[in-house]
Amino acid sequence: MFEAILVMALGAVVLGAALGYAAVRFRVEGDPLVEKIDAILPQTQCGQCGFPGCKPYAQAIAKGEAEINQCPPGGDEGIHKLADLLGREFKSLSAEHGIEKPKSVAVIDEQSCIGCTLCIQACPVDAIVGAAKQMHTIVAPLCTGCELCLPPCPVDCISMQPIGESVETWKWKYPVFKINPAKREAA
Amino acid sequence: MTALQRLFKFNGGVKPAYNKEASTGLPIAVAPTPTLLVIPLHQSIGGMPRPLVTAGERVLKGQRIGGADGNVSSAVHASTSGTVVAVEMRLMPHASGLSALCVMIEPDGRDEWIPRQPFDFRSATPTQTRDYLRDAGVVGLGGAVFPTYLKLNPGKQGKLDTLVLNGAECEPFITCDDVLMRERAATILKGVVIMREILSAGQVLIGIEDNKPEAVAAMEIAARAANQAAGDSAIGVVSVPTRYPAGGAKQLIRVLTGIEVPHGKRSTDYGVQCFNVGTAYAVYEAIALGQPLISRIVTVAGNVTQARNYEVLFGTPMRDLVALCGPLADSDRVIMGGPMMGLLMPDDSVPVVKATNCVLVGSKKLFPPPPPEMPCIRCGECAKACPADLQPFEMYWFSRAKIFGKAQEYNLFDCIECGCCAYVCPSHIPLVDYYRFAKSEIWAREIEKEAADVARERYEFRLLREEREKQEKAAKLAAKTAAGREKAAAAIAEAAKPAATPEEDAKKALIAAALERAKAQKELVHPGNVSDLTPEQQAEVAAIEARRAEIREMAKPHLRQDD
Repeated sequence: MFEAILVMALGAVVLGAALGYAAVRFRVEGDPLVEKIDAILPQTQCGQCGFPGCKPYAQAIAKGEAEINQCPPGGDEGIHKLADLLGREFKSLSAEHGIEKPKSVAVIDEQSCIGCTLCIQACPVDAIVGAAKQMHTIVAPLCTGCELCLPPCPVDCISMQPIGESVETWKWKYPVFKINPAKREAA
Repeated sequence: MTALQRLFKFNGGVKPAYNKEASTGLPIAVAPTPTLLVIPLHQSIGGMPRPLVTAGERVLKGQRIGGADGNVSSAVHASTSGTVVAVEMRLMPHASGLSALCVMIEPDGRDEWIPRQPFDFRSATPTQTRDYLRDAGVVGLGGAVFPTYLKLNPGKQGKLDTLVLNGAECEPFITCDDVLMRERAATILKGVVIMREILSAGQVLIGIEDNKPEAVAAMEIAARAANQAAGDSAIGVVSVPTRYPAGGAKQLIRVLTGIEVPHGKRSTDYGVQCFNVGTAYAVYEAIALGQPLISRIVTVAGNVTQARNYEVLFGTPMRDLVALCGPLADSDRVIMGGPMMGLLMPDDSVPVVKATNCVLVGSKKLFPPPPPEMPCIRCGECAKACPADLQPFEMYWFSRAKIFGKAQEYNLFDCIECGCCAYVCPSHIPLVDYYRFAKSEIWAREIEKEAADVARERYEFRLLREEREKQEKAAKLAAKTAAGREKAAAAIAEAAKPAATPEEDAKKALIAAALERAKAQKELVHPGNVSDLTPEQQAEVAAIEARRAEIREMAKPHLRQDD
């Protein structure tokens, strides 16, 4: 009787020590769920979801404070991915946060730019080059199409231009076959 | 060596009707220079070369018109001398039917070369040789147009066991490599010797399908001569069994050496590298003659009266080439490549490029429309036919359902798109179309993800930078105040006045210093309008002063109220 209790107690101590050691040794830094959600979000940092950037939105989703359908640049596909990750139901994009648009880049009309630097301060990814009273221009490959540079521009010289398809970015289409109605022979 | 060569087999493959005899009857002819050359800048895998010429400029034959851009890219040259008419968007020989930047050259008929100088690769460093070949625009001419300079790298070991030369040419209708080997075997071998030296390869195996006995014979003679010149027997010509796709790089390597290059590995990891015979020819021309790649042998076959091989300048419209062979009246399409892997061209006006090994003219009779697609019956024929040992039916289901991750788990990217699975499918499912769709979707997603990662990094860096700037500003301000205090403290110490509390003294000293500065500034400023006045003005000033004094007197009781 006493021996049995001793053996069980010893086992508990050993296992507890092992688990305690493992908890310290293999500690996970940060919240892996936030990282996973953040990896799905498109990183436009546009704030259309109501949060200041993609990461805060990811944190809000992880805490259950935000819905998964608040990201217009991610579109339906992004919502599907988030739904899969979190085991939630798919919801169509919420209209109050915006609509899904084709991917675009901002273009500065260099004739009208007055060099006020306001757009440079607004760009979340530092994709605009220029200096005070010098013409500004957008580094197109870095532009995420967030549209945050549009409102601050005092002369409205920035416009969004959709990215067209080129030979390099062209994708093979899903094989679709035309169904021709069978010709009915005259009776 | 040839007789003793032990051959291996690859799994799968098919035996379609070859239809090669029609175009091997006549020797290679030189296609006439067209009235306008349309030379696309993007003719190889990798980055788009940047244009080096502008409209109105005169160019010479072999002059570089597009410079290689980025790590994987290859230069483009003017195919003949003439005037650049325009650099603009033109329809590309591409399945998309989209346009890309092309250089339009109006030939002047003089065909004037740039000064050509052989390149001494023996005294050059390997990097110099590779840069030279990149700028000479040499790319793989088997169809994939991968820049050759990247493949002329012996890998980690610094040397290669086997250099495989691909003369299999397994696709129906195409005979450009066949006639090149028949007519220019000696030149190909000269290129092989150069490549062998650059790669320090032990042996060279030239694989040719056994349905080309003339090419095998010609290459054997040339190989014997090359071996004699070198005094060894390193170069061997091997006749391999005819079975599509024996000309796939991995398939030919497996047949010749028995090495099966596994998923995610390169053949150089196993000491083998594979080049097309046409590429060896181009390497010889570039290095020994100093001629960049400006033309190639193109088979024109299919629905024409006289199929033939032509040496064609890049930029020649396919329409001109087809016209030479007398297309039949019912011709309705032009295919670049063969019937198995070829791409339907959007139009017959598109130019011949480095990837054009064949211009196949089609008609409804020659290539009847495929029977309607039926459901997959899971017969497994496709898996038996797959030369890459994949499971095409699994990849098909997942591609069709757009479950791309699963399709990738079945090694979709090891698919060489040879079309054997679709060829044997009893349900006539266009399997390759599904794989191409899935592959390009996966690529697009990958690129999007990379862009998102870059954006995240830049955003995080921006936040970091803003934080740092804020701290720097605060630190600067603190330092300035501290410096002022120290200065004041020093002043106090100099005056040798022991202070009650150093801080109070410092404050006092600061105030004193500030007053001093203000006084000094005041003294510096003289009102400019009170000197050199006329008596009238002085009188006026005096009157105003008097009025002011009066008002001040009047205001005194009111001001005092506050005290």
